[in-house]
Amino acid sequence: MTRKRRISWFKFASPPAFVALVDRLAPWLWAGAVLLAVAGLYVGFFVAPPDYQQGNSYRIMFLHVPAAWMGMFLYLLMAVYAIIHLSWRVRLADVMARSLAPTGALMTALSLWTGSLWGAPTWGTYWVWDARLTSTLLLLFLFLGYLALHASASDREKGGRAASLLAVVGVVNVPIIYFSVKWWNTLHQGMSVTPTDAPSMAPSMFAALMLMTAACWLYAAAIGLRRAQVEALEREVDSEWAQRMAGSTEGAEAPVPEPGAGRMADERGQG
Amino acid sequence: MGRALWTLLRRDVSLIVTRRQDVLTVVAFFVIVITLFPLAVGPEPEILRELAPGAVWVAAALASLLSLDRLFADDWRDGTLEQLALVPQPLALVALAKVLAHWLALGLPLVLLSPMLGYSLGLRGAELLVLPASLALGTPVLGLLGGIGAALTLGVRGGGALMALLILPLFVPVLILGSGAVSQVMHGGDFLSHFYLLGALLAVAVPLAPLAVAAALRIALD
Amino acid sequence: MWDGIGDFLAMGGHAPWVWGSYGAAAVLLVLEMVLLGRRRQRAYALLRRRARARQTAAVGHEAGGDA
Repeated sequence: MTRKRRISWFKFASPPAFVALVDRLAPWLWAGAVLLAVAGLYVGFFVAPPDYQQGNSYRIMFLHVPAAWMGMFLYLLMAVYAIIHLSWRVRLADVMARSLAPTGALMTALSLWTGSLWGAPTWGTYWVWDARLTSTLLLLFLFLGYLALHASASDREKGGRAASLLAVVGVVNVPIIYFSVKWWNTLHQGMSVTPTDAPSMAPSMFAALMLMTAACWLYAAAIGLRRAQVEALEREVDSEWAQRMAGSTEGAEAPVPEPGAGRMADERGQG
Repeated sequence: MGRALWTLLRRDVSLIVTRRQDVLTVVAFFVIVITLFPLAVGPEPEILRELAPGAVWVAAALASLLSLDRLFADDWRDGTLEQLALVPQPLALVALAKVLAHWLALGLPLVLLSPMLGYSLGLRGAELLVLPASLALGTPVLGLLGGIGAALTLGVRGGGALMALLILPLFVPVLILGSGAVSQVMHGGDFLSHFYLLGALLAVAVPLAPLAVAAALRIALD
Repeated sequence: MWDGIGDFLAMGGHAPWVWGSYGAAAVLLVLEMVLLGRRRQRAYALLRRRARARQTAAVGHEAGGDA
């Protein structure tokens, strides 16, 4: 029988290989994130000069803009994994999508918070219904809906597929929502200046922004993959390879008969 | 195939309409929500008039949400939905028929009532024509999108509130365009572009949403 | 660029907003990592319990002997 050549990365769709891969990758991702964040913050606070108009408050941008970008990017990535999950029934894709969602929601919420705090000293208000903030708020609701659907389903498989379908429907609607909110904003033209507009950027500001964006990206990758790793292990609680992996990583313990060992533990992960 | 769908349509419409209770409840909800606006905001005519398009549209969106809870729930509970999934016609067409029946029985009354309620909030003249027209284009889209949410939350605990969280972000574009059209008429602007966009949304939703609904129903029935 | 630590912390008068932002980020990120860490501990603990249960069951079979 002739062997078909497979794409090599499909082998990571097997949980044991994936768990091992994350163990190898994660330290590098964390290290990279920390280094880039330190560099970005240094440039952002000690090299980039105060802004002519906004003074020092603009430095919030080094957090706000990467968080906003990550929120959008993670939703898109989540939707891609959702499509893979639905089209090819790859369960690990559902694990990935589910693992990226909390970080995406957190980034989106952070961008709303920082956007609000940036607007206060600059435009005198903590909140405006402009196109960008409003769209970001709606994106947060889309994330929360995805997480809520996953959490509410009594059957993990089914809930995963329903949530993936929701993510696909959501991602199709995101451009529609974004453009209709922009449209809405230009119609009710009360404000000529959009808050949280970045100042015209000196090179050092741009450099800091890029460094912080890369740092956020690596952070999201590190924590997303770690979360996916935990979820993959949780789903394979009864399999020998997973039990062995837990034993070897955390150190062996003397076997003690567990009173409740036979019972089916339904431990849902949070976070 | 057309005959079978026509039968399904008639069955669904008559089912909903014979439970007149349901239609009246949704209609009453629509009216009550609109009534809340003057009570909460004050009866000044100028303020109410500015709010009117938004108020009617929000009430219509919430009323749609409320009614969509029952779109598949009854058939799901008594096993009819499983039977419907087995018919030779594509499940997407069955879904479309159900959503259409749902709109005819529960959405159309909102469209017909809206001029009267709009008048009570201070709309006059051409606005009283544009309002129902915008609802006529928009509420079917709400029904189609809401159908996706209803199918996704079948048999899931958290039901109505969860469905609201899932669907309301999707409702936003329709809401913006629909109420925006009426606002434009009020201020002498161009409302036709809103209608074109609403029409475009409807044209895209009609073929695509039933596919998503069918996929969601299959997930629920598996 | 800064005339000492005081100047840096004051951020030209914008301290509450700048540090409020970075502070919130720090809190959220730490929270995310801690929650995941705890979830991980729980998962490993569960896996170890299952492993032990499997071991004791296997030992039981051996002790019972085959016919």
